[in-house]
Amino acid sequence: MEKHLINIEGLSKRYPAQSGSADLTVFEDLNFGINKGEFVCIIGHSGCGKSTILNIIAGLDDASDGIVIMNGKEVVGPSLERGVVFQNYSLLPWLSTLKNITFAVQARWRNWTKDQVVEHSLKFLKLVGLEGVENRKPSQLSGGMRQRVSIARAFATQPQLLLLDEPFGALDALTRGVIQEELLKIWSETKQTVFMITHDVDEAILLSDRILLMTNGPHARIAESVKISIDRPRDRNTIIHDSAYYPIRNHLVEFLVSRSRELSGGESSKPLDTQESGAPLEVDPGAKNTEELEAEKNNVAVLVK
Amino acid sequence: MLKSLNVRSYVLSFVILVALLGLWELLNQPPETTEALTEYEILMGGADQEARVPPPSAVLKLAAEELGNPFYDAGPNDKGIGIQLGYSIYRVLAGYLLAALIAIPIGFVIGMSPLMNKALNPFIQVLRPISPLAWMPLALFIIKDSEASAIFVIFICSIWPMLVNTAFGVANVRNDWINVARTHELGRVRTAFTVILPAAAPTILTGMRISIGIAWLVIVAAEMLVGGTGIGYYVWNEWNNLDLSSVIFSIMMIGIVGMILDMVLSRATRLVEYNE
Ligand SMILES: Nc1ncnc2c1ncn2[C@@H]1O[C@H](COP(=O)(O)OP(=O)(O)OP(=O)(O)O)[C@@H](O)[C@H]1O
Ligand SMILES: [Mg+2]
Repeated sequence: MEKHLINIEGLSKRYPAQSGSADLTVFEDLNFGINKGEFVCIIGHSGCGKSTILNIIAGLDDASDGIVIMNGKEVVGPSLERGVVFQNYSLLPWLSTLKNITFAVQARWRNWTKDQVVEHSLKFLKLVGLEGVENRKPSQLSGGMRQRVSIARAFATQPQLLLLDEPFGALDALTRGVIQEELLKIWSETKQTVFMITHDVDEAILLSDRILLMTNGPHARIAESVKISIDRPRDRNTIIHDSAYYPIRNHLVEFLVSRSRELSGGESSKPLDTQESGAPLEVDPGAKNTEELEAEKNNVAVLVK
Repeated sequence: MLKSLNVRSYVLSFVILVALLGLWELLNQPPETTEALTEYEILMGGADQEARVPPPSAVLKLAAEELGNPFYDAGPNDKGIGIQLGYSIYRVLAGYLLAALIAIPIGFVIGMSPLMNKALNPFIQVLRPISPLAWMPLALFIIKDSEASAIFVIFICSIWPMLVNTAFGVANVRNDWINVARTHELGRVRTAFTVILPAAAPTILTGMRISIGIAWLVIVAAEMLVGGTGIGYYVWNEWNNLDLSSVIFSIMMIGIVGMILDMVLSRATRLVEYNE
């Protein structure tokens, strides 16, 4: 087994009973790990507890049970080692675009000079394709631009783990595509580890090494870990022609449509099939059997000739 | 369109002003005295004196004189309008700044700590509705100085809006922004200065603007009570002299200075405002 950058062990979240309602168990006994450099997405229906998981990993929220371990140490609060891109951007509206980034860079490297901070910040604004808007306030930017600022802010602090909560939720399809590509580009350059929430199946396939499937809540569980065996670099125009694309996509959609409900936890549910460690079952719907692999090799050989 | 709206509103304001002044002037002409004045009336300086509000022309004439030499000082009962206003502004600013110095930090603490909020709330709720002038006797007794008592009254009346607004602004800073501070490992003090203060600044300044308005209302009454100097004393003194032109003139000046104070704070508010 590879060494994980981060391990989630026996994680549960319960909200205490309120007048007239019983205890609410959002999710229970989650176990999974994320490898260094890996891009992992989690998908599941609204309200199953994805944001809660992300906030617990970030250290912004407390688990009811279980622990998050990063680099062998338990996570007990927020840290610059875990950068968060919030669902609603969370830029500071009274600061200019550039100041929003320098704010973070300065917090990260307290002893840097002003010039160093500005130079580093500008580099990351450039990386997300935002030049010439340094002095604008977030309210003067479009939604997509704000999202890019927020991504630049997270990447600029170079955390070991990036946590993205539906970062493209509010964007139109075209902008989404552009920023997805930028995200992939930055990720492949910086080799950071990413944990991302999304509702978009195609987005998850384009970006991820692995997709965690979460069942419906309450008592949500992580049912499977789906391997995305599609070669990188990936391109959103050509990825759909990959032979693994539709098997994976169908598997995910089928899960969201029916199995997410059937596998949901709770008293009457049957135990999930898991790995020995308690981690979710690994599946690889896009795996090619040996014949296909042979055929592909021959194809390439023909092309090369 | 906007420009023409502005122009039209100026014209309309001017028309209303002229109409009001004209009406006032017409209604207050001195009666055409045909009968001879009695000796007593002559002694009192004319029969029309007692019942007549001076016409605007008289007030304007006086204003021109007073504003031509605002800082003369001819003894305790005869000082220029500039000096009197200066005393009042000094007292307002002294009490007000003192109040800000105390209200804003305490408001921060109340806004950040639910415990302090609950603990201090009863005191605020009881103290806030007390008319600032009700403190005056107590202040005079304890401080034994009319000047300082006036400042204290301004202090006590301007503290509440600032305190309440600061606490409200701080308590309602968006959780997302606090989370940004937390994920960047900012300490409590840094978070207070770099995130909470700018986020709550517009609300705090709104409180400061309400406070300066109230302070300016209260100083006139306070100075009428303690006497000596200041615009409030001036109004009362001129009333005792039955010089209604001066009374009306100083009423106008109170309005104008109040407007300027409000404008300064409104400008300052605009500086710290932000769009989400
Ligand atoms: N303070 C709270 N008290 C009680 N229940 C809560 C509280 N906060 C969140 N929940 C519940 O926790 C569950 C998980 O919320 P969470 O925001 O993690 O969902 P999510 O999977 O991110 O949903 P979405 O996809 O819509 O963002 C929800 O069902 C919600 O009702
Ligand atoms: Mg969510």
